[in-house]
Amino acid sequence: MASNHYQRLRIKIIAMTLFFSLIPFFTLGVTIYYQFDTAYTSKIMEALKTLCQNRRNAIELFFDERVAQLITVANTQTLDRLKDEEYLKKVFETMQSRSKSFLDLGVIDHEGNHLAYVGPHYEQLKSVNYHNQDWFQAAMSYGVHVSDVFLGFRKIPHFIIAVTGVEGNRRWILRATINSEIIDNIVRQGQVGKRGDAFIVNRANVLQTAPRFSGKLFEHPTTPDFSSVIGTNVEEITSNGDHILFATCPITYPKWVLVLREDPQEEMAPLFKAQYAEALILIAGIFLVVVGTVFTTRSMTSELIRMEHQKAESDDLMIQSAKMAALGKMAAGIAHEINNPLAIIGEKAGWMKDLLEKEDVKASPNLGEFEDCIKKIERQVDRSRTITHRLLRFGRRMEPTEDMVDVNQILAETITFLENEAHYRDIRIQTAYADKLPRVTTDSAQLQQVFLNIINNAIDAVGKGGFIDLRTSYDGGNRGSIVIEISDNGPGIPKEVLGKIFDPFFTTKSPQDGTGLGLSISYSIIEKLGGKITVASEEGKGTTFTIYVPARGFAT
Amino acid sequence: MEKFRVLIVDDEVDFVETIVKRLIDRGLEVAGVHSGLEALDLMDTKDFDVVILDVKMPGMDGIETLRAMKKKRPLTEVIMLTGHGSVESGIQGLQLGAYNYVMKPVPLNDLLKQMAQAYERKLIEEERDRQAGNEAVPERV
Repeated sequence: MASNHYQRLRIKIIAMTLFFSLIPFFTLGVTIYYQFDTAYTSKIMEALKTLCQNRRNAIELFFDERVAQLITVANTQTLDRLKDEEYLKKVFETMQSRSKSFLDLGVIDHEGNHLAYVGPHYEQLKSVNYHNQDWFQAAMSYGVHVSDVFLGFRKIPHFIIAVTGVEGNRRWILRATINSEIIDNIVRQGQVGKRGDAFIVNRANVLQTAPRFSGKLFEHPTTPDFSSVIGTNVEEITSNGDHILFATCPITYPKWVLVLREDPQEEMAPLFKAQYAEALILIAGIFLVVVGTVFTTRSMTSELIRMEHQKAESDDLMIQSAKMAALGKMAAGIAHEINNPLAIIGEKAGWMKDLLEKEDVKASPNLGEFEDCIKKIERQVDRSRTITHRLLRFGRRMEPTEDMVDVNQILAETITFLENEAHYRDIRIQTAYADKLPRVTTDSAQLQQVFLNIINNAIDAVGKGGFIDLRTSYDGGNRGSIVIEISDNGPGIPKEVLGKIFDPFFTTKSPQDGTGLGLSISYSIIEKLGGKITVASEEGKGTTFTIYVPARGFAT
Repeated sequence: MEKFRVLIVDDEVDFVETIVKRLIDRGLEVAGVHSGLEALDLMDTKDFDVVILDVKMPGMDGIETLRAMKKKRPLTEVIMLTGHGSVESGIQGLQLGAYNYVMKPVPLNDLLKQMAQAYERKLIEEERDRQAGNEAVPERV
């Protein structure tokens, strides 16, 4: 039925709209999501790389300066002078005043013995021989040596810078101990956020600084091995399901590697917030689109259905009036055809009556019969005349006119149409017309149509042996109206249904017997004429329709 | 009843035949024709007081005939007779000068009353014309 068709149309429209609006929506959302991601990630990686390089530069600068200081001292002071511990002390203090990182200073001969020493661990170190130490060998060979961090005799982390001094054929070593805490501080500044880490490893992947999380000093870090990287690098490594960023930067001298570790989760927090917000908006947007589409489509199809109903109703109204007009025409045609023969019969009978008046025919024994027959013929012609004239009036009324109407007359005429039907079903029609009912300016044909419809319904409802009561009166209130009451003693209309009887397409009859439009058309006719139609009913007792027709016409 | 001249125009032959007989029986001078053209031809040579004219006729219909009659003999009264009672032709007829409009079948006595009244009006009109100095002169056809 209509509702199925509209259901499918509704679903089709919703599906199409959602498809075409959600696809770009989605695409946009997903694209933005991933664009955000890549852009942000690359930015973070860039930043980490820069930081790593920055720290590496700081470290290299530090070493450069320290080495430069020592080389300056070694090349500008004579060994004899430096052998003097007092002198050495002065040199040391000068150096320390510019840089607190120098822990001690020592002069060592080519055999590895301390010639002079300035520093906190004098007792322990003065008598030590370094000949077999790695750094001693390396320093004698290369001229400059920076060691890895080690604990050494002092049991604290430090490293040494040793430079070789040459005087003629004498080689000696100027050695300084640097507190590796300085390096630690520089490295620590590469820690990003709460979970970032930074440390230095040597070429054997042994930690030179103490990281925050990634291991212990002098051990291998818990991270992958970066000790042999060449050039600055940033990579993302997945371990245990976590994505970690590593930036690595090799330090040229000493040969260490600076490793920065960053937990992108932390850095990416704003990105995740943005992505989350975007996802929320996307979902909200999708929800809105869906809801909006469904609602709009619903209301559109409801509107369509309503319009279709309206059209069907007005179509039916048109068909009704077309039918009535056709009926009227046919009735008029037939009546006219019959009127001519009737006129002739009437005249012939009249002529016979005239002739019977004459002397010569009066003597006939059957005169009485002749007279009687002619009288009866004339009466029947009269009766037929009434019928045809009524039919003609009915046909004439189908032309839409506004005329002065006597409501009682219209009612009486309507009853004559239905008289036979009522009589056949043993239904009694009683009338109580008000006398002196004022005439009203209205469309008599339409009014008659309404009466016809309601009285017909009453006949159908009441069944065999019922009563139909017609009453007219005048109500002076509200500019005056004619009140027509049509009552029957039928089964009545149940309360639940009473409010619906004027609805279009509402009917209690089977489709062949009723379209459900009769009362709704009657209702709209009366409304258009400026009147009102109401119904009162009690189940088991009967129904009364009350029609109000304004006395002043419908152009108020 | 005064004797006046009547012309019956109707295409129903039986109807014309009977009504002519009955009216003659009642002392009127009556002629009957079966078409508008015949009526107009007859009116060229004879003068009538009242015409009973059927509206629906084949050939020249009642309204056409009425128009021509009123041109030819404006003072002759015409009573329109019809079997179908269309309001428009009634109004049109009256506007063209018909005396009245009657629906078939009509009891003869009712028709006689109408005709007598029509004749009365004709007499009054003729009198008025005479007094105004214009004699009723039939128009040239």
